[in-house]
Amino acid sequence: MALKIVKGSIDRMFDKNLQDLVRGIRNHKEDEAKYISTCIDEIKQELKQDNIAVKANAVCKLTYLQMLGYDVSWAAFNIVEVMSSSKFTYKRIGYLAASQCFHESTDVIMLTTNQIRKDLSSPNQYDTGVALTGLSCFVTPDLARDLANDIMTLMSHTKPYIRKKAVLIMYKVFLKYPESLRPAFPRLKEKLEDPDPGVQSAAVNVICELARRNPKNYLSLAPLFFKLMTSSTNNWVLIKIIKLFGALTPLEPRLGKKLIEPLTNLIHSTSAMSLLYECVNTVIAVLISLSSGMPNHSASIQLCVQKLRILIEDSDQNLKYLGLLAMSKILKTHPKSVQSHKDLILQCLDDKDESIRLRALDLLYGMVSKKNLMEIVKKLMLHVDKAEGTTYRDELLTKIIDICSQSNYQYITNFEWYISILVELTRLEGTRHGHLIASQMLDVAIRVRAIRVFAVAQMATLLDNAHLLTGNMQRMGICEVLYAAAWICGEFSEHLENPMQTLEAMLRPKVATLPGHIQAVYVQNAAKLFATVLKNQEGNTDSTAAQETSQLMIDRLPLFVQSANLEVQERASCILQLVKYIQKLQQKDVEVAEEVCALFAGELNPVAPKAQKKVPVPEGLDLDAWINEPPSESESEDEQPKAIFAKEEPKHSRPRHTEVDEKELARRREARKQEQANNPFYIKASPSSQKAYQEAPGVEHIPVVQIDLSVPLKVPDIAVFRPAGLPMSDQYVKLEEERRQKERADKKKKEKKKRKEKRSGRGRKHDSGPESEEDITPAHMVDIVTEEMPENALPSDDDDKDPNDPHKALDIDLDKPLADSEKLPVRAHRAAEAPKSPAEDGEAENAASQEPKKKSSKEKREKKKDKDRDRKKSKEEKKKKKHKHEEKGEDLLGGQADEPVVQSEETNEVAALPTSTSAEVSDLDFWLSNAPVPSNTQEAATVAEAAPVPEAASGTAPDSEPEEPKDTEMEETKSSKHKKKKQKKEKEEKEKKKKKKHHHHHHHSDGGGEESVQNGTVEEEEPLPPMSNYCLLAENSYIKMMMEDADEVYDIQGNLQDGSQVVVSVIFENKCDSFLKSMEFNVLDSLNSKLQRPEGSGPHDGLTVPFQLPPGVSNEARFVFTVQSIVMPQKLKGTLTFIVKNEDSSTHEKLDFKLHFTCTSYLITTPCYSDAFAKLLESGDLKCSSVRLEGVIMPFHHLLARICFHHHFSVVERIDSCASMYSRSIQGHHVCLLVKTSGQTVSIDAKCDEPTLLGNVLDEIKQTFSQC
Amino acid sequence: MIKAILIFNNHGKPRLSKFYEHYNEDTEQQIIRETFHLVSKRDENVCNFLEGGMLIGGSDYKLIYRHYATLYFVFCVDSSESELGILDLIQVFVETLDKCFENVCELDLIFHVDKVHNILAEMVMGGMVLETNMNEIITQVDAQNKMEKSEVMCFVTFINQCPCLDICSMQGHCFAFHTASASR
Repeated sequence: MALKIVKGSIDRMFDKNLQDLVRGIRNHKEDEAKYISTCIDEIKQELKQDNIAVKANAVCKLTYLQMLGYDVSWAAFNIVEVMSSSKFTYKRIGYLAASQCFHESTDVIMLTTNQIRKDLSSPNQYDTGVALTGLSCFVTPDLARDLANDIMTLMSHTKPYIRKKAVLIMYKVFLKYPESLRPAFPRLKEKLEDPDPGVQSAAVNVICELARRNPKNYLSLAPLFFKLMTSSTNNWVLIKIIKLFGALTPLEPRLGKKLIEPLTNLIHSTSAMSLLYECVNTVIAVLISLSSGMPNHSASIQLCVQKLRILIEDSDQNLKYLGLLAMSKILKTHPKSVQSHKDLILQCLDDKDESIRLRALDLLYGMVSKKNLMEIVKKLMLHVDKAEGTTYRDELLTKIIDICSQSNYQYITNFEWYISILVELTRLEGTRHGHLIASQMLDVAIRVRAIRVFAVAQMATLLDNAHLLTGNMQRMGICEVLYAAAWICGEFSEHLENPMQTLEAMLRPKVATLPGHIQAVYVQNAAKLFATVLKNQEGNTDSTAAQETSQLMIDRLPLFVQSANLEVQERASCILQLVKYIQKLQQKDVEVAEEVCALFAGELNPVAPKAQKKVPVPEGLDLDAWINEPPSESESEDEQPKAIFAKEEPKHSRPRHTEVDEKELARRREARKQEQANNPFYIKASPSSQKAYQEAPGVEHIPVVQIDLSVPLKVPDIAVFRPAGLPMSDQYVKLEEERRQKERADKKKKEKKKRKEKRSGRGRKHDSGPESEEDITPAHMVDIVTEEMPENALPSDDDDKDPNDPHKALDIDLDKPLADSEKLPVRAHRAAEAPKSPAEDGEAENAASQEPKKKSSKEKREKKKDKDRDRKKSKEEKKKKKHKHEEKGEDLLGGQADEPVVQSEETNEVAALPTSTSAEVSDLDFWLSNAPVPSNTQEAATVAEAAPVPEAASGTAPDSEPEEPKDTEMEETKSSKHKKKKQKKEKEEKEKKKKKKHHHHHHHSDGGGEESVQNGTVEEEEPLPPMSNYCLLAENSYIKMMMEDADEVYDIQGNLQDGSQVVVSVIFENKCDSFLKSMEFNVLDSLNSKLQRPEGSGPHDGLTVPFQLPPGVSNEARFVFTVQSIVMPQKLKGTLTFIVKNEDSSTHEKLDFKLHFTCTSYLITTPCYSDAFAKLLESGDLKCSSVRLEGVIMPFHHLLARICFHHHFSVVERIDSCASMYSRSIQGHHVCLLVKTSGQTVSIDAKCDEPTLLGNVLDEIKQTFSQC
Repeated sequence: MIKAILIFNNHGKPRLSKFYEHYNEDTEQQIIRETFHLVSKRDENVCNFLEGGMLIGGSDYKLIYRHYATLYFVFCVDSSESELGILDLIQVFVETLDKCFENVCELDLIFHVDKVHNILAEMVMGGMVLETNMNEIITQVDAQNKMEKSEVMCFVTFINQCPCLDICSMQGHCFAFHTASASR
């Protein structure tokens, strides 16, 4: 026994490791498979041992064997064992093996959940890293759901190494578990501005990947990305962002306008080719998206084309390739600018590099014109002959067909030439595209009436020479063309010169070797031919010939009756019986030809692709409705007869329904025809196409268009399949050339005549000159039959979406605020798992409250926007009136004239129900309407991103000087006015901006004087909507003053940039019927807090409120206070004085109020990472204090949310019923909270470097919770 | 997104295969064969982009490859990746290998495919580019190797047998780098 153990361990010492395995395989080249199978047996033994090192070694070897193509899924459980080793070395081996061979259907994956979770939270960053890397390869929907929350926590990990991996893997999690996208998105967005460039790049990567699939949901991030683009220097990030913009611009042309300039700058400045190329690409996308021109539109195109030409001319094949690739994008919208580089592109066709030739081929598509089509195709045909590889040749073939058939054969002037090209293409050996050629032949023959005679002749030749096509098996692909040939000869048999010969060709025994579907067509069309032949022969009064034909059919058809193919068999036996019957009749000398022809009368018209799909569901037809009563489960035996009865009922009622429908349909059909007749863009089908079925049998009534006789219709020797000299198509090129010359000559003659008549020598410019497109008349009067569409076809383009696209699930609106129910699932013991456990909710809140500021402000904004939106309409009308007003003169602003109107509008606005609109989008509008100057954008971006417009403007506008609070206010109102104006009238943009600048400047210089008047106008255009969550400051019969409620939003907004500034917004609402003007706002300064007044005014002077209030109108003003100490709450007494102006009198009134500054209002929500938080607590500078709240009956996460919301904290970390929170005052005091809950008791331990402030904040928190 | 990363030699022998989407082993081998077939018949001085892999990809996907001495490095990527960027990435990858293996040659890849995987894991994760900075990659790889070593010191195993004494003598096949494009 002991010996066995010793022996085992000695064996182990001689186990092979990976290197030995590799060496062994290399030494057993001749019997590799055998050697490996013995190795696998050894590995199986090793995996049975308990020693983890042995197992890891075995798994490592398995990973190698997996690469060689051996299935190792049988070892999945062992891989999981190795993954769960505590040693990093083995863990890494295990995860690598798992990432190589696990997938969604590996069942042991579900065993890994806890192990992975443990590794994710490991103190060793590389354990976490390895787990993340592995998980990224085998994440399943279950894993994604269970681990999403853990990964999300890792996104705020202290180590950038972990952060960047966590951010990146989120994309995989989103794909597998789309519900996680919305809860996780705020944090992901946050990571765009991570201090670590690697994390930032990862976040950009993920968002770009998301946005690529569903760009419209990410439009609101454009400002942020714009900022990144102008600030980042990392080329990888830049490339990603620029690519992303390329995806966004088609949705928002204004974005494109904004992008052009910085992109052009980058193009000029960058030395990195990859970046240059992506910039050019995006500029192209922008130009495509801009439908109407912008001033330097063509300059940008020129720049792009120029740069691309440089790329294409480069000796580096890669650049050449990319240049061509990008060129083909320009081609779609600006073919002219590409066409000028035709020389270059034709040159690339001869490149030795196949990739480049293919790209050049793509470009050719857009280069062709009526004039050069033949020439280009001739060149391509030469390439076809030379091409060695079949793939390239097939590509050439499809390109030739693409080029010729594009936009309804627009560039083909001579269809005979085209048919002969197609026939020539059938000579290609081993092409896969026989069906493509066949469908072209069919299409042309059906849709171009004039060509049928020629086509039929060619097809007959093809059929005659079918043996050449079916000669060897390699050519099987091409025999598809026989399908087309047989059909054309049958369907248009009246054009055949020698139908009898063709009929014989179609009934050759060799035909039986063709694929079944082709034989079927042969048989069917032989019958058609037979009908034609009969008809011809009966006219000749020679009955024997007709009978011989019948006999031929009867002789040959049995071959097909024996076919293994059902279709062939069925058709053949039907037709055989028919012919036998005909023969009988013929023997009785009955004229049958007429009747036989009737079998195949009527023309088959082409049907548009997707036509079937577009048949509208007729009114009254519900496809989802049950035809029968659904079988009810409770149905009992004795009820059954009744059920049968019920089933029959609908049958009776149905015919009636359809009758109604038919009437309705007929009516609609009429209406549609009427509409089509009036629609100049509708290409009418030939008048015969519809009626042909019902009226005349035969096709004589079809107006076959006269063929232009200037073309010699003598087909150059079609009997010989492969003419020795020039290929047929070349002869057509020559002929066509001659024809064109002749035409030109004719034209000249005519012109000369005219000139002679006129005797004026002005016609010079028409002379000679290169032929223009329009001059070339097609050889045939081409009458292209339009494809048939069902009656009342619905125009719809939505049928090309793949319903199985995994990215579809990620099409999620990210701008909507998070709902409570949206959260990431958190680990919970199954027993305790309630459908909606509070812990889970809390976790979601935790996630969401990372940005309580943004969120709350977003909500607030949304409300605002809702109202704004509702107002817009009325405002537009109003604006028109007001404009008139202004024209009349400013003193009219006292405005009695329009008063009633205005009033009613305003009340409407207030009463209007909020509609759901996206705040982000409006902000985006604002951002987009801004000047495309990079220096401005940073500010603008923040405005759009972070907070409600006015507040952000005051918070970030660098030029809002504290001395001039009104100026700040001006800026805001203006900018918001600006914003709305832009939405309506983009053209006025520039003017407005000038105006804005002007105003701004003006106020800086002298800040007083006519200010109030101007402000008056401003106000008139843009009353800001009242906020529902403002608290009442003071009120009397004339006016109501409301301050934003400190507990709800940031009424008193700390200003980070200036440590001791506080902005207060106050809404003034006119409650009376009179006009309020000359409002003055004054506050009795305390030692600590002072109202900022304009320079030069005394300490007790009031501030003029920068607007006047018509009746019922409200407006918001903001006042800046300087605060010395923020540790105590403050109360300031103030007065508002104003003049109430009636039609006949005016009185002076005043209103007293008290401003309350809470300590909370000095706090600013600042996110904090847990490591920084821990450091802060460790530092020991902070004083401690605590408070207990009793009887708080709300879930913990609600409690946290409340603190975040009302007191401007952010959650740092949360573990079960315990959370740490952080905030910062405007003067940089750190406030840290540790909130614990047990039952109804909440204890808050707090630390702050300023004990007084802390005490007051805690008091306020206590108060908040006592209120609820 | 990167769909797959393949390394094989001039004879089509796989040296590393990393698929970021699941295929079964047979398909993987077919893909490797097909890719080799496509790539190997191309001349030296043609462009490094290639369309038209049948098994992998489709119209949105491209093969971007580089050929170093005896090895082909092939990335199969979709249109969200910059072509030139990926070429640079391959260059970074190979240079990193060169640093980590000190004059890397095919034999290093043959015998240490696990290490190559570990290096690759620091560059590309789940099909997305994780890090492009060579120094950062090397730092992380070294730190992990150090950790592994310290573990190995404690637990006597046979993993640390120096496997390639005979290989060192064979390092004739060092790669010649096309550093010209590194500046891009």
